[in-house]
Amino acid sequence: MRLLSALLIGLIFGAGIAVSGMIDPAKVLNFFDIAGTWDPSLAFVMAGALAVAIPGYRLVLAARAPRFAPGFQLPDTKRIDPALIGGSALFGVGWGIAGFCPGAALPALGLGLPDVVLFVAALMAGLLAARGLKRLGPPKPARG
Amino acid sequence: MNPVTEFTPLASIAGGALIGLAAVLLMALHGRILGATGILSGLMRGGDARDWQLRAALVAGMVLAPVAILALTGWSPAITIPVSRPAIVVGGLIVGVGVSYGGGCTSGHGVCGNARFSRRSIVATASFMATAFVTVFVIRHLIGA
Repeated sequence: MRLLSALLIGLIFGAGIAVSGMIDPAKVLNFFDIAGTWDPSLAFVMAGALAVAIPGYRLVLAARAPRFAPGFQLPDTKRIDPALIGGSALFGVGWGIAGFCPGAALPALGLGLPDVVLFVAALMAGLLAARGLKRLGPPKPARG
Repeated sequence: MNPVTEFTPLASIAGGALIGLAAVLLMALHGRILGATGILSGLMRGGDARDWQLRAALVAGMVLAPVAILALTGWSPAITIPVSRPAIVVGGLIVGVGVSYGGGCTSGHGVCGNARFSRRSIVATASFMATAFVTVFVIRHLIGA
């Protein structure tokens, strides 16, 4: 049940990415292209997601514990540090270059396109590179 | 030329609601934030077997989603990748390094973090949205690719 429910959650998430249009890099890049072929759809994706997640989280986090785990695992750090701001800024640059973010690329893998496989391979290489860099020293990593 | 895409407010809200639902279900059942960055990097880390299986099941569901939709409805999302292969590789590397230091991406910070009004996530979201807008402007209108 535990793993089956996770599989189902992954399916729901992936279906959301597909139906919303987030799966299409052309659509994502057009959202960021206000001066050109602007497509505001992605603002509606975020609005739809938050409209469910805000009340949903409020309801769920009021419970004592999740169904299949001893407790809720929420990030405990509250610090706004250079790693958070700089790392996120860097992410935005890469997103603007490639048109994929990690959560859209994983469901897009299911379309079987070589370009998506290439993006996910590069993404994983970037994650590994960052892991190596963090081992060398500061700035201190933020876990997510 | 950059392809024009159709404005799809209803499908986008509906799809967004599914993304939100997945995030709420993962918290309710497993007590976890639904962040693609965290799930993927944990999958690459190994460690605790139960934890790894959970991440693997989530990723398997995500990847299978387009296949399942096609099997159930006969519909498959048509996507266009309007950038070059080198741009995909360079962009992917930068995204990987960025989300690692930033501790999350559009799903973890943008949906889950913002949904619980985390200050870190609000700052992260403002940061990556801002640079994405600037990057696309520079590439499409200043460099004029």
